[in-house]
Amino acid sequence: MKGRLHPAQARVDARQGARALAIWNSFRTCILSVMLLACGPFLSGASEPPSAAAIAPPAAAAPPDDGQWTMPAKNYASTRFSDLTEINEGNVKNLQVAFTFSTGVNKGQEAAPLVVGNIMYIVTPFPNIVYALDLSRPGAPMKWKYEPNPEPAAQGVACCDVVNRGAAFADGRIFFNTLDGHTIALDANTGKPIWNAHIGNINIGETITMAPLVVKGKVLVGNSGGEMGVRGWVKALDAGDGHIVWTAYGTGPDKDVLIGPDFKPHYDMDKGTDLGVTTWPPEAWKIGGGNMWGWISYDPALNLIFHGTGNPGPWNPDLRPGDNKWTSGIFARDPDTGAAKWFYQWSPHDLHDYDGINEQILLDMTWQGKPRKVLVRPERNGYLYILDRTTGEVLSATAYGPVNSSKGVDLKTGRLIANPDKKTGTGKVVRDICPTASGLKDWQPSAFSPRTGLLYIPHNNLCMDEEGVEVNYIAGTPYVGMNVRMIPGPGGNRGAFTAWDVAAAKPAWVLKENFPVWSGTVVTAGDVVFYGTMEGWFKAVSARTGDLLWQFKTSSGIIGQPITYRGPDGHQYVAILSGVGGWAGAIVSGDLDPRDATAALGFVNAMKDLKNATTAGGTLYVFRLP
Amino acid sequence: MRQALALLLPLTLALVACQREERDTRPQSALGSGEQPTPVTTLEPGGQRPSPTDNKAASFEANAFHMSEGKRLFSWFNCSGCHANGGGGMGPALMDEKWLYGSSIESIHATIRDGRPNGMPSFGQKIPDDQIWELSAYVRALGGNAPSSAAPQRNDGMMVHPSENRLPDAATLGKSP
Repeated sequence: MKGRLHPAQARVDARQGARALAIWNSFRTCILSVMLLACGPFLSGASEPPSAAAIAPPAAAAPPDDGQWTMPAKNYASTRFSDLTEINEGNVKNLQVAFTFSTGVNKGQEAAPLVVGNIMYIVTPFPNIVYALDLSRPGAPMKWKYEPNPEPAAQGVACCDVVNRGAAFADGRIFFNTLDGHTIALDANTGKPIWNAHIGNINIGETITMAPLVVKGKVLVGNSGGEMGVRGWVKALDAGDGHIVWTAYGTGPDKDVLIGPDFKPHYDMDKGTDLGVTTWPPEAWKIGGGNMWGWISYDPALNLIFHGTGNPGPWNPDLRPGDNKWTSGIFARDPDTGAAKWFYQWSPHDLHDYDGINEQILLDMTWQGKPRKVLVRPERNGYLYILDRTTGEVLSATAYGPVNSSKGVDLKTGRLIANPDKKTGTGKVVRDICPTASGLKDWQPSAFSPRTGLLYIPHNNLCMDEEGVEVNYIAGTPYVGMNVRMIPGPGGNRGAFTAWDVAAAKPAWVLKENFPVWSGTVVTAGDVVFYGTMEGWFKAVSARTGDLLWQFKTSSGIIGQPITYRGPDGHQYVAILSGVGGWAGAIVSGDLDPRDATAALGFVNAMKDLKNATTAGGTLYVFRLP
Repeated sequence: MRQALALLLPLTLALVACQREERDTRPQSALGSGEQPTPVTTLEPGGQRPSPTDNKAASFEANAFHMSEGKRLFSWFNCSGCHANGGGGMGPALMDEKWLYGSSIESIHATIRDGRPNGMPSFGQKIPDDQIWELSAYVRALGGNAPSSAAPQRNDGMMVHPSENRLPDAATLGKSP
């Protein structure tokens, strides 16, 4: 029974299994800790070697920790794991504020701060100001700031708050994107712009919210706009001067998608010529979405980048019969040329806005007795996929929460088995679809600890009603065609923080949260996991048991990505941006009216009480031990 | 004779009560009238002045036919894509009492026609002027600013919010809902 777990069953398992696994995990940590002479109360005669020890990111994609944080995902393998151990399970309860900094922007703060040398870099939501803070001086004063002054009209075409998910550092430069479609390179020392590439057009509804990734002297950037009928793309810009090296579209003929002789998809459903045209009604691919606004990983050994593609547009599936390639899937590409190597479609002919752009964690593990190079993806459609990252073969797909929109994944054909009872369409109200358009998990990135073998997944627990409606395409305006209203999922907790045992393909423990956990997370070698809640609590829990070890109430709800770093004084710090917003928090950051169930594409209906729990903000918090 | 009079009186009264809502079946122009400036502030140096009114405003405001047409156009022109069914999303909420650029039908008309700097597109070249007035009348109804006898009634499909003719006047609520 490698297949799906029934959602309810998974939850029961999670509860029942939590204690046993907690003890087991204690043993495992104990073994590691014995070597460090710091085992403490859990030393109770464990002798078995930890099974999880077999799972680790490839060394080339996750080099030894240097105490810096130069890209939002920490490394190319996207583990968001830090080797730092000064802050650990035993002393994390003593954490206190080192300094704070107001970003001056009260919109959703989804970015991860970066730390390079003695400097911390943060990028704000629109108007996308970049601040450099000098960590070597008391109170971390501002070293410089850079204001790109993006076009204010861009705010009107950003689907879900005016967020920015962070910058990237490489070769003495800070690279970041602006909402109005610019990629900018700054001198990391002075904040002076080096180049500014205008690659997105707000007049067709195109924005950029993602954090770039720098691979082999190329800055990889994708566009947002899947709710505006924008055709998706990923571009590689030359890190030296910003010129476009290659562009790979998410829909259209093979030559636009950079599908050539090297393209070897694993499943028959992804084989054929110009599927990006033929799996659409005539011309619909030109306004069909497939945007890339999420995360990219890179395996230097295979020389492959991995990136997802967003939902097809419009949401109303009756208006686009066909598989709608290459939307809601994942590509492996050669970073030098952009040439596609393989593709897998999570949600063919997507029915529920299940974008495929979540993070992919690159791991090497033993699968059914054989070493495999895998890619782990907690996907929006509710399944945690393990793919062979050399071929795109699905090794397993297991629901990690309540799912009724589909009945599992056929491992022979690779195809998601859609539940016909939950199929939406024009003039039809379909109720209680789980997960929602925002997915069991949206963009909020998870973290993997090789010490516990657990993937820490911040996610949602929501269901929805949908009604397909007719929609006209008017360039630069939304192209959705769906009335949505979301409701809390089974159990009533709208969010959860799940520790997923990758080897066993089941949850080790689950923490329930009242609101969706829309923040990222970071896990450390001190066996502490950090994440934030939309009420504003910044929490540290045990990586082994999930026990709450410490929490601090920040000024606004947290939807940012925590990081940890070694400061100039040699001590470990933890940083998080507080400031509610994003799609989930748009009711607060956009001051929306909860009497309309469909506000913010239906998310407001599930978040009616958020205005009573928090207010808009934008503050950096940095913590350390006393 | 007395009987006839007795009959005539209630009949006359009934007919008077049945006054039909006036509808202009021949709109004046397809595109752009209303080029007169519409201030977005009540502040003006030199003391207050009466805000200018458009001669079209009265014939569209509080008119049931125009409001129901406006409701249809609200989704046809993708207003609902950004403002949802009044609660907002990419664009601000229209049901509440907060008006960034003025709550009069003239101000709303100007907002749709000319756009606003923080993301509201200019629809002046895309939507015939009378339809902009119809949209404006409907947007006022979303905020509870139209008589309940004229505001649109409940939807046929999913109930997304209380029907417009049952929405309380947002301005009198006194606080954020």
